[in-house]
Amino acid sequence: MKLRLALCCLAALCHSLVASAGPLEEQLTTYAAAAKIANPAFAGFSAARGEKLHTTRFALGKPDTPACTTCHGSDPRSSGNTLTGKRIEPVALSASPGRYADPAKVEKWFKRNCNEVLGRACSPLEKGDWLTFVSSR
Amino acid sequence: MTFPTRPLVLGLLAVGFSALIFSRAQAGGGHYYPPVTDPVVKEECGSCHLAFPASMLPAASWQRMMQELDNHFGDNASVDPALAKKITAYLVANAGDTGGQAYGSKLLRGVTPASAPQRITSLPKWVREHREVPDWEWRHKDVRSKANCTACHADAELGHYED
Ligand code: HEC
Ligand code: HEC
Ligand code: HEC
Repeated sequence: MKLRLALCCLAALCHSLVASAGPLEEQLTTYAAAAKIANPAFAGFSAARGEKLHTTRFALGKPDTPACTTCHGSDPRSSGNTLTGKRIEPVALSASPGRYADPAKVEKWFKRNCNEVLGRACSPLEKGDWLTFVSSR
Repeated sequence: MTFPTRPLVLGLLAVGFSALIFSRAQAGGGHYYPPVTDPVVKEECGSCHLAFPASMLPAASWQRMMQELDNHFGDNASVDPALAKKITAYLVANAGDTGGQAYGSKLLRGVTPASAPQRITSLPKWVREHREVPDWEWRHKDVRSKANCTACHADAELGHYED
């Protein structure tokens, strides 16, 4: 009985430790590991590089979506709009606290949106930078 | 075990009955299309544009669309196979020639379901309803696309399409 109680406490503790890391942190850790493999000199993500990715007019994907800001707007704390008129909640984590909690959702939209803007997938470095940028706002 | 079922059944009957009265009242105008209620469909089909009501297209249209999501009007809207199956089931069950017939039959007049039209905005009845909308209005920066129903139908999210 005592052992059982102790195990329960341990499980609860572990659980809260994992929970406190959060899905976004875990996803960033995964991207960091991949970025390090791609480039051993990788020394961490940069919000500044993420901001540049967000605001640069690449025009390498679809003609009507040259930049992330085309849909997400230039201020990450304001809402954006798709070309078909659907409102998009702000990308800044401070303005949309519920965001980036579902790694599969994040990956799905990186895949779609990087392709629309850059005409290719984003690298783990770019994804990590971008998420660092929006988490810092 | 029989104890909790009884109130549940009664509750469902009550809800079903009032829903019937409610939908009759609204369908009477001929421009009420029940909005998507399934949370998965709302999320996956309602983030780029309004989650279009299932009753606006026949079942065959949705079946075809769901098979071609990787090239969805130029976008990649694909979802994983398990989700796609769920979404297809919802759209097909509530399509304009199946469960949503009471709402969709007017809009689908003159449409052969087997032709599986992909655009609501190309249905003959839709085109007719909108022929008086002037060119400049379609090109207005707040409209831009015919599929942007909410720009003109403020209550489209609620299923209402009178102007
Ligand atoms: C064609 C319009 C469009 C463009 C261009 C666009 N996005 Fe998005 N983005 C969306 C929509 C729509 C969503 C989903 C709605 C939502 O999450 O509120 C989204 C969601 C996302 C998400 C997931 C958010 C979450 O809560 O999980 C990420 C990450 C993202 N976009 C990154 C980008 C990046 C990076 C770029 C530029 C390379 C970009 N987007 C360009 C429309 C766009
Ligand atoms: C990644 C963005 C995106 C997602 C996700 C998406 N769509 Fe679309 N959809 C579009 C675009 C872009 C168009 C073309 C709009 C235009 O003509 O301006 C479109 C058009 C449509 C149309 C035709 C509108 C008309 O002109 O009558 C239907 C119907 C439709 N989508 C249904 C769906 C369904 C069902 C889903 C979910 C399985 C879905 N869409 C998910 C981007 C998306
Ligand atoms: C540029 C503005 C505009 C856009 C965008 C638009 N509509 Fe309309 N719509 C109108 C006008 C104007 C009427 C005519 C209203 C009337 O006669 O009462 C109308 C009528 C309708 C009707 C008939 C209503 C009735 O009284 O029976 C339906 C249904 C409808 N629209 C659906 C849609 C759908 C679905 C979309 C998006 C795919 C859409 N509309 C996009 C302006 C628009």
